[in-house]
Amino acid sequence: MAERKIRVLIAKPGLDGHDRGAKVVARALRDAGMEVIYTGLRQTPEMIAEAALQEDVDVVGLSILSGAHMVLVPRVMELLRANGQDHICVFVGGIIPDADVPALLAHGVKAVYGPGTSTEKIVEDVRRIVLGEPALQV
Amino acid sequence: MKLAEQVIAGDRLALARTLSLVENDTPQGWSALDELFPHTGRAHLIGITGAPGTGKSSLVNQLAYAFRHPTDGTPPLRVAVIAVDPSSPFSGGALLGDRVRMRDLAGDPGVFIRSMASRGALGGLARHTAAVAQVFDAAGFDIILIETVGAGQGEVDIARLAHTTIVVEAPGLGDDIQAIKAGILEIADILVINKADRPGVEQTERALRAMLELAKPERMIMHHGRFVTFPDRTEQNEAVPGWKPFIMKTIAVRGEGVQELARAVHEHGEYLRRNSEWQRRERERLDTELKSLLQAELMARWQQRVPEEMYQIIFKQVLQRTVSPYQAVVKLLEQSHLF
Repeated sequence: MAERKIRVLIAKPGLDGHDRGAKVVARALRDAGMEVIYTGLRQTPEMIAEAALQEDVDVVGLSILSGAHMVLVPRVMELLRANGQDHICVFVGGIIPDADVPALLAHGVKAVYGPGTSTEKIVEDVRRIVLGEPALQV
Repeated sequence: MKLAEQVIAGDRLALARTLSLVENDTPQGWSALDELFPHTGRAHLIGITGAPGTGKSSLVNQLAYAFRHPTDGTPPLRVAVIAVDPSSPFSGGALLGDRVRMRDLAGDPGVFIRSMASRGALGGLARHTAAVAQVFDAAGFDIILIETVGAGQGEVDIARLAHTTIVVEAPGLGDDIQAIKAGILEIADILVINKADRPGVEQTERALRAMLELAKPERMIMHHGRFVTFPDRTEQNEAVPGWKPFIMKTIAVRGEGVQELARAVHEHGEYLRRNSEWQRRERERLDTELKSLLQAELMARWQQRVPEEMYQIIFKQVLQRTVSPYQAVVKLLEQSHLF
């Protein structure tokens, strides 16, 4: 009778107030049968790491449209590691210049999604990432 | 160190893992719970229920904050929050959004918030909410706030789990006929009219008061197939032990009325302890839990012993109306050789 659901935290770090994308992704993951914890706007990296720990999630999705991703994402990664949560897979969505993507991946992020990414691809990737497979090529 | 020992020692990561193992019905989860169970029985379990949109999450946020920052000089209490939201009946997925309203609790090591999807359970809770509460209890949390799914009139499981049940209403949600219907209002130890700055608050309060005054001196309720009489709840004095539900007004987003609500919760806790009502509720709760676990386990064992094909053969006879459903049950139980 064991039931194993993929648990995902969708969080918006930083100060931008655009949460449409985060909500669309949260809804798509829900419709794919996952349990999605949504934390709302303007979260600090500390709040996100703490929520990820309390909720024991498999995946954290960060939505950033403010341009502060090079500061916020490494900080979240660092805090997750400090909490002993290296196993959590992190993906980032939002307005991320192509030039920044390699650096984010080097920080341990599994995938970066820009505008126009289909929700099907994100759902498929999250499933694969949790199973330890690499994300699909765009 | 074993998982259960880490939980008792206050390791938050171990606690989070254990909650998942229990929620997912795993053997490791149950064996951790076996070890944790002797350490339970200390926490005050508080249920918060009410219709969607009445402000349950905001109230939980403020109430937890009030327990963390008491204004009467008592030490802060450690607070766990279990926030249950519904799973989709179609995809099985869930969007758990109660944390959005609980930002004031972020960064406080004395608070631990866990979201739970109902995973198909009716009644306003998830199947393993009781077990998750036991893990928090063993981990040393003084207060466990359990927020149910936005509940209608029949989702009353919380009353069996919690020591104190808070039912949250908001002005303008229904007339006085709604207030005298059976169900959710009957389980309230404390009735909260939230959003008390909205028009219609007086009418809501009048309807709720009228409902409480109509309560009979003795309450007969069906309990495990027989009627049991409960003492009068309309008189609140020492001579006649009984609890008349408080009606309180709050504006959760501004924190108004919340310290008073926290005090009312403590008062109810003291009342329960004074009148050995606490033990009665514990007894009833563990009884319910044991029976439902037994039921699930019997079903699982029966399924192990009776092949699906056998079930289908007998089910076909029911479909053809040659065997009644009752006869079919007898046959299927005989097939298991369990009885």
